[in-house]
Amino acid sequence: MIQRVKVGMADLNTVISPGVLVSLGLGSCVGIALYDGHVKVAGLAHIMLPSSTSIKNNENRAKFADTAILQLIDDMIVLGAKQNRLKAKLAGGAQMFAFNSRDNSPLKIGERNIVSTLDVLMELKIPVIGQDTGGNYGRTVELYAETGDYLIKTIGHGVKRI
Amino acid sequence: MTFLNDIYLDAFKEVGNIGAGNAATSLSKLLNRRINMNVPEIKILRFNEVETVVGGAEKLVAGIYLEFVGDIRGTILYILDKDSANNLLHLLMPNYCRDHQGDFSKIESSALQEVGNILASAYLGSLSALTGLYVKPSTPALAYDMAGAILSVPLIEFGQVGEQAFFIETLFIDGLDRIKGNFFLIPEIDSYFIILKALGVFR
Repeated sequence: MIQRVKVGMADLNTVISPGVLVSLGLGSCVGIALYDGHVKVAGLAHIMLPSSTSIKNNENRAKFADTAILQLIDDMIVLGAKQNRLKAKLAGGAQMFAFNSRDNSPLKIGERNIVSTLDVLMELKIPVIGQDTGGNYGRTVELYAETGDYLIKTIGHGVKRI
Repeated sequence: MTFLNDIYLDAFKEVGNIGAGNAATSLSKLLNRRINMNVPEIKILRFNEVETVVGGAEKLVAGIYLEFVGDIRGTILYILDKDSANNLLHLLMPNYCRDHQGDFSKIESSALQEVGNILASAYLGSLSALTGLYVKPSTPALAYDMAGAILSVPLIEFGQVGEQAFFIETLFIDGLDRIKGNFFLIPEIDSYFIILKALGVFR
């Protein structure tokens, strides 16, 4: 049987082929998928906030885009991955409520999560080869270590494979 | 910080009790019939336990969101599972089909938003009475989607200060119909201290 590993909110995990990483109901959070196709090692982080540097209480590295990506890379290297072979795919970062609110509204956090994630990945020279982000709906994601496929399921907005 | 959290939690519980009472009264007036309620229960949710509320992260729920301003600022989110939202709509509109699937029509959305408005005002009224602070709610917005996705909105805000969130579970009862809702009230960090100060914790 194929191993399915759940990734909770503010959590991250890694698997080797033929494992599958699953994260349910992403809203404004972002599901950051990293993959090394050479050794078929996959890693998935379900981040909640853009940056650990602006927050005092930042022990949970999986909660922030910046620290989660670094942790994920470290964990994947342990399984045989190489940083220069990693490719990234992103999903999530929605604004769940259509609300005409001020610019610093908590509702805009999804967009800020995406921007920060892209910045960190660019700095680490990890190419983003697929992205299904934004919108106003939730997403469930599955990352397949066998192929690197990132499956995105929604309620009423179809299924995508990137 | 734990000590302050406990005081805040106590205050929040009180806001919840009085607020739910106000809400039941408002609902009774709106529907012109008696609506009963259970004693509201305060719940603490760790981020890795999102699975355990409202029947799982992928379960379809209705969320009513609004922001409040005044002496303090923050957000309110009221989450109803699908059955409760349908029961509520059936109470408001007796012709409404309880086995409704898919998106809400315009009139159904605005009915749910209006109820959200009434409930939020009831809770904000009790917060205001308890602290003496002035608060005014915005118009509400509605979303109908996966529980995890809708919960991400309040959880992210709690995430800026810790690893857990707290909310009030309320149950309104009309005959055999149950309307179970989870209520989040999240002040901005600065406002959190204004509330504690108003409660006499700081001088």
